[in-house]
Parts: sequence; C-alpha cells; structure tokens
Amino acid sequence: MAIVIYSESENGKFKKSAFELASYGRALADKLGLSLMAISINNNEPDLLSNFGVDKLIQVNDKELEKFQVNNYSKVVSEIASKKDVKILLLGSSADSKYLAPILSVKLHAGYVSNVVELPESTDPLVVKRSCFTNKAFSYVNLSEKINLISLSNNSYGVIENPKKMEKENFSFSADKSSLKIEKVEKVTGKVTIADADVVVSGGRGLKGPENWALVENLADVLGAATACSKPVSDMGWRPHSEHVGQTGKPVASNLYIAIGISGAIQHLAGINSSKVKVVINNDPEAPFFKAADYGIVGDAFEVVPKLTEKLKEFKS
Amino acid sequence: MKILVCISHVPDTTSKINFTDNNKVFDTNGIQYIINPNDEFGLTKAVWMKESHKAEVVVASVGEAPCESTLRKCLAIGADRAIRVNTNPLDGFSVAKQLVEICKKEEFDLIIAGRESIDYNGGMVPGIIAELMSYNYVSNCISLEIDGKKATAAREIDGGKEIVSSDLPLVIGSQKGLVEEKDLIIPNMRGIMQARQKPLEIIDPLEVNPKTLSSKYEKPSPKGEVKIVDAGEIDKLIDLLHNEAKVI
Repeated sequence: MAIVIYSESENGKFKKSAFELASYGRALADKLGLSLMAISINNNEPDLLSNFGVDKLIQVNDKELEKFQVNNYSKVVSEIASKKDVKILLLGSSADSKYLAPILSVKLHAGYVSNVVELPESTDPLVVKRSCFTNKAFSYVNLSEKINLISLSNNSYGVIENPKKMEKENFSFSADKSSLKIEKVEKVTGKVTIADADVVVSGGRGLKGPENWALVENLADVLGAATACSKPVSDMGWRPHSEHVGQTGKPVASNLYIAIGISGAIQHLAGINSSKVKVVINNDPEAPFFKAADYGIVGDAFEVVPKLTEKLKEFKS
Repeated sequence: MKILVCISHVPDTTSKINFTDNNKVFDTNGIQYIINPNDEFGLTKAVWMKESHKAEVVVASVGEAPCESTLRKCLAIGADRAIRVNTNPLDGFSVAKQLVEICKKEEFDLIIAGRESIDYNGGMVPGIIAELMSYNYVSNCISLEIDGKKATAAREIDGGKEIVSSDLPLVIGSQKGLVEEKDLIIPNMRGIMQARQKPLEIIDPLEVNPKTLSSKYEKPSPKGEVKIVDAGEIDKLIDLLHNEAKVI
C-alpha cells in the first residue's frame, strides 16, 4: 500500500504546488508508515521531486498526453494508482487537478474530499479538515472508503525539503478513443496566475475605471504578483472574469493579498480569506475590509499606490 | 434537445454562517436560501436554449421539502418542469448518484451542474455524474455552443482558457462567464404565476451510502486588530510586511 501523489507539470517542469503536495504526502506517509509514490507526466526534470520526500516516481512520457485531455489523464492516473495499491491519492487544487479528481474518485471507487487545509486530524479513522462555506467555516470529514482522494488547498501546507533516494519507473499508456478534443489553449504567457501566485494585487470600484489599472499592474510587477479584481469590476467589464476573486469567482490563498479600493463585501472577503496576510488601501475608514485586514492605509489610492510602488522598487533593489 | 440543470438550494451569499448542536449541524436559523449561483448561470444558459434549440429544460434538486421554493424559482425563471429527490443530501457522491438515476431514466443531451456549490464547495457533482454516465465532461465552463450533436465549449484554466469539442451527451460544470451576471433572469409576475402550474415531481431516493461524512464544523479563529499605517509613512508598511509579516 502507498500514498500516491499526482505531481502536476507545466511545459515539462513541476509546478510549485507539486513540491508542496510531495511535502504533505511525505508527512502523511510517515504518519501511516507507508511509502510515498509520485506520478509525473511529460516532465523533463523528474529528479527534482526527490528533494521533497518522494520514495518512488512513476513517470509517463507520451505524446498523447501533451495536452490535458481529462479522459486520458484520468485513465493513466487511475491505472497507476490501482496498480500500486494506493491507499490515499493526493492531488493539488489547480483547475486541472480539480477537474480530474471527481472522475478519478469514480474510477477508483474512492471517497473524495476537496479543499483540505491540514494534515489529517486522525488517521484511524481518517479525518481531514477542509474549508467550506467559501472559507467562512471548516468541516472535519470522515473518510471510510478503502481508497480515498484528498485534494489539498494550494499554499496551505508549505514546501519542506527532505531529500530521498528516489527510485524511478516508467509506465506506458494507451489512449482510449474519445470525442472530447482540445482544439485550442489560450493562455497568457509570462504572467503569474492567481492560483500560483505568492502575492496578489487586487483592485475594486474605488479605482474609478479600467483606464486606471496601470496602478494595480505596476504594483503587481514590482512584487511579481498576479492581478485580480472585485466582482463589480468584472461585472462592469473593466477586467476579465478570470480576475474576479470572491465567492462566485476564484478563491485566493496567497501569502500576501493587497486590496486597493475594495470595500470588502462579505462575498469578497470569503473568497480571499485563506490568504495569509491582507493589506487594504481605501479612502473610507469605515470600509468593512479594515475589519478583515492585517494592515491598512486610509488614503487615496491614486496617491498611496504609486508611492508604495516606488518605495517597493527601492526596497527590492 | 433535452437539458437537465442540477440545482443546489444554498444559503444566500450574505449569510452569516453558524453551527448548532455542538458544532455538528449548520444553523439554518434566519438563513435565506437561493439558487446556487453557479447553477443559476447554467440555468440561464439552458433557458436561452429553449428558444435557440427548442430545448426542454428540466431542473432537479436533491433535498427535503424546503428546497421546493428554490425549484419553483427555477420554474419561474423558465424551466419547464422540476424534480425533487426527497432526501437530505449527505455528500457530493450521494447527491450525484441520486441525479444519475434521473439521467438514466430520461436521456438528456446536456447535463448542467454548477462547478461547485457555495455552501459545501465539494466541486464534484458534475464530474461524478459524467463519469458514472460515461459522458464527456467539461468543468469550469465559460462558453458553450451546440450544433446538432456536437458541442464546442470553453473551460477556464489557470491563466487562460481552453476550447474543447465533444459529441453530445455532455456534462458541464457551469460558472460565471457561461452567461454574464447581467443576463440572469429575474422572474416576472407572469413567470411566477406560470411556475405554479408547472409540474414539480417528487421522487423517492435511491438507497446510497455516502462516501464521506462531515462530523463537525469550526469557524475560523477571530482575527487580530488591523494595524493602520499613516498614508504618509509608506516605509513603515514595507518594514512591517518585511520584518513582521515576512511576506516580502
């Protein structure tokens, strides 16, 4: 029996979340006295994973898996997991992993729990803590199936180095016929995504119009941050939906979240609640965001933000 | 064509979340319920397809009697008929299983379920339905066009989108973008009156063992006071973020 992680790659390289997932998997494997195996698909630097406690890597290299076609990916991951007598399969929280997980849970007849934020509270019975009600609460979930799937919230556990002598094994894959075809992938390159970002800079209605977004973008550039926005801003079409964070938008779990001109509606705060440190810049001292933030500046964003950007540039250099 | 929209009856987005019975049960006291927003984007899209594709739109929900008000609202928005599976939803898997029973009976061309509910955020119902039915599945769906037996859909991915094509039947996980917020249909008096006449069928549940069990709940620990930095002292903020919070 083993703990198996699905280590996500992008352009042949592991995503940062793969190392976090391996670190979590190592701790869980130690708790249960099991070995830790990882599955990687089309990765060019597989050895990197040995730094984070993986005992064995099952690698698949196949042209058919170049694009993330969910039927192919769920087939290969479930085949490996069954063959390796998986007890707990761990996945991350990217859009792709969350797409994959429910399908895998059916293929493996497994229990599935998403948005897990900590190591299990107990291993017998297996009880995990997850966020629910869009971060307004946590629930403890008992998992009693023979195989269970856990998807770990990004940035909830951290990366812990733990070098191992990692064995490697190849696995070969053959695709089933499927009418599901990926026609085109449109991806912004060279930009940090909200899901992967350590820092997120977010703008609200207080910025008065899309023409003022350079304010947000310049600050984000200095910090290597992703840009985001509040719901009204995306509803008015100032910014694309993909930047909308909050209850009906994307969740944010960054180390630092900077909110500019966002009042802090309960739905917005719910979506960003898992961020570790929150900074708010708003000219209204009564804005509800000040109750949810760690640090705040009461002031005009159009004056404060350019200054902050300049000072951060100096600080970074 | 025939469309099923799976509906979750969830607390309004402004709800304060509390628990009772030793933190074992969600406190429904004073809670207003709404159609799960991700489901409502899907429902709106389906109602549009009544015109464009001569679609029949069925809504279904797994829940006890109180969720009928939400199903009636779906009928007022434009769904043709509703089904309620008369049982308390226990986990994502058991809800999906109940909905699969309906799918097996009715042969839908398109099955829509919100990418996740805003209460339990499981994010699994559409995916499990798809796999149990052996249908193709597109999650986080932000656009959909159907031409005959072919669908073209866009899936939101981290940092962009992906365009996919598939034969029908198809399951999609709906979210904002499939239709816009401004497109959501507010039922008018005529719709509300008509909804009273539309069929709402109550069916007995299948016996399903849930795969997971929420044993207790907890609220996030209260946060400390915000530290206010004077707008003229930006250096102080940078110092705090660097030395105290250690995030830059």
